[in-house]
Amino acid sequence: MSIILGTLQQGILFGLLAIGIYIAFRILDIPDLTAEGSFTFGIAVSAVVTIAGHPLLAILAGTAAGFAAGILTGIFQTKCGIHPVLAGILTMSGLYSINTWVLGEQPSINLISSPQNPVNTVFSIFEEMLSGIDKDIVRLGVIFVITALVSLILILFFKTRTGLSIRAAGDNDTMVRASSINVDRVKILALAVGNSCIGMCGAIYAQYQRFADINSGAGMLVVGLASVIIGEVFVGKKGVTLGIIFAVVGSVVYRGIIAAATYYDIFPAYMLKLVAAVIVAAALTIPAVKNRIKLAKSKKAIKNAGSVKVGEQNA
Amino acid sequence: MLDIENVYLTFFKGTPNEHTALDGLDLHLDEGEFVTVVGSNGAGKSTMFNAICGTFMPDSGRILLGGEDITYVRDFKRAKSIGRVFQDPMKGTAPDLTIEENLALAYSRSKKKALAFALNKKDLDVFRTALAQMNMGLEDRMKTKVGLLSGGQRQVVTLLMCTLVTPKLLLLDEHTAALDPQTSDKIMKITQDIVRERNLTTLMITHNLNSALRTGSRTIMMDSGKIILDVSGEQRDKMSLQDLLDMYSAKSSKVFDNDRMLLTKDRADKQD
Repeated sequence: MSIILGTLQQGILFGLLAIGIYIAFRILDIPDLTAEGSFTFGIAVSAVVTIAGHPLLAILAGTAAGFAAGILTGIFQTKCGIHPVLAGILTMSGLYSINTWVLGEQPSINLISSPQNPVNTVFSIFEEMLSGIDKDIVRLGVIFVITALVSLILILFFKTRTGLSIRAAGDNDTMVRASSINVDRVKILALAVGNSCIGMCGAIYAQYQRFADINSGAGMLVVGLASVIIGEVFVGKKGVTLGIIFAVVGSVVYRGIIAAATYYDIFPAYMLKLVAAVIVAAALTIPAVKNRIKLAKSKKAIKNAGSVKVGEQNA
Repeated sequence: MLDIENVYLTFFKGTPNEHTALDGLDLHLDEGEFVTVVGSNGAGKSTMFNAICGTFMPDSGRILLGGEDITYVRDFKRAKSIGRVFQDPMKGTAPDLTIEENLALAYSRSKKKALAFALNKKDLDVFRTALAQMNMGLEDRMKTKVGLLSGGQRQVVTLLMCTLVTPKLLLLDEHTAALDPQTSDKIMKITQDIVRERNLTTLMITHNLNSALRTGSRTIMMDSGKIILDVSGEQRDKMSLQDLLDMYSAKSSKVFDNDRMLLTKDRADKQD
């Protein structure tokens, strides 16, 4: 039971990460490596603010941290003309130092509460408030409500004029420019919104596990991509609303796969990222393989048709 | 409405590939004028459009639109009052968005509220009426992704996107060249209807000399970044294709070297 609840909690929480990756990867068509930095940035900022006694503010601060990271990458990409992937790498790399500094020049800090040093998190606040209900269910509830709210806001956002211009910018930026829209600003905003989700995910995760580690972000882009791609298995690419919802669903399924595999001792937990990488690589290979099969089939068909003709002539 | 004054633009300046694309270009367009532009490859027709749109900034000279100096205004800002349809049907629309979303995006240049819903009933009615006027049945397919439309249908959507909010200037860059002859004729007719109805100031590049002379009210011919011929009124009405070609040879001291133009001339001759 607790494994299932734990999987749901993590799956839905990391759904925020998946949404952030979805915005960059599927809407803007950029694999944004900023994610690995902004996730840890969210964690670090949240940890420090939480220890200072403001768990709710910590989540907002973590979100703002992600937003700032996204803006920086956006400026690198548009105003500075740096290759999109490199722009993300630069931000990510630079953030490693910033994050270490935020964490008080140490690789990790923990948020464990003790009688001398009580540390409240959003989870402990609600656990106390709803003390009659099982703690794991309260935690799941908190995570679900936050993720649902963020998803709803983003779904509505992508229906506004600004949201529409973001979607168009990923599709055909010549046309967006011709519609008198500042494409640079639109791209920067999109990256900021995406990384806000990722920063928020990190901020909540720090409180969830009561631990902040400088290396938490490693591999997060691929984990998010895996979630997005698993989500697309269910509905395909059918617009942003379904895309956002199923990024979260994909994240839950992905955590489920990992949880099941470690529970039944199929592979240890540290295989998590390898599995993600394999899923992403395999999913992105499918179109190429399909083409090859199609080509091979039509080649065969032509060959067969040819041999029949020859046979007829002989007869 | 449009004034291009002594505009120079040189590519790859100071390298062996140096190329003067616009060589002291002068052009004045009155409001409501429909001007067709002809000229061989590399004459500077598209470069002129790019300079008007701000894709390239000129080295010197001025460009005024409606009396306002736009020479160094950034491209997306001046796009507010300029509509442009490209030769490539892929360029004007976002393929993953639906027809109504594409139109909504273009329509938003007249709107201020960035966080208002892009698709609202009032605007959708405007789009439906406008699409119905095109007689292509697109008003019933507003939720179709534009990527699924044919080239001609996409050009119609682009044309509509450019004119939904009346632009000060409409630029048509061989916008029917990638279409089959029937569709091309149809789009050309729709274009003429829209331009006439809205009294749009229009520049149209075409490689079809016949349609250059029969469409609009004035024809200019470009060569080596300059306008070498500018005819309108009676002189233009009396002009034949051969006259146009002869004038080209005389003015540019070379034979018309654009295969496509000669081919379309053949076709036009046969039709005659």
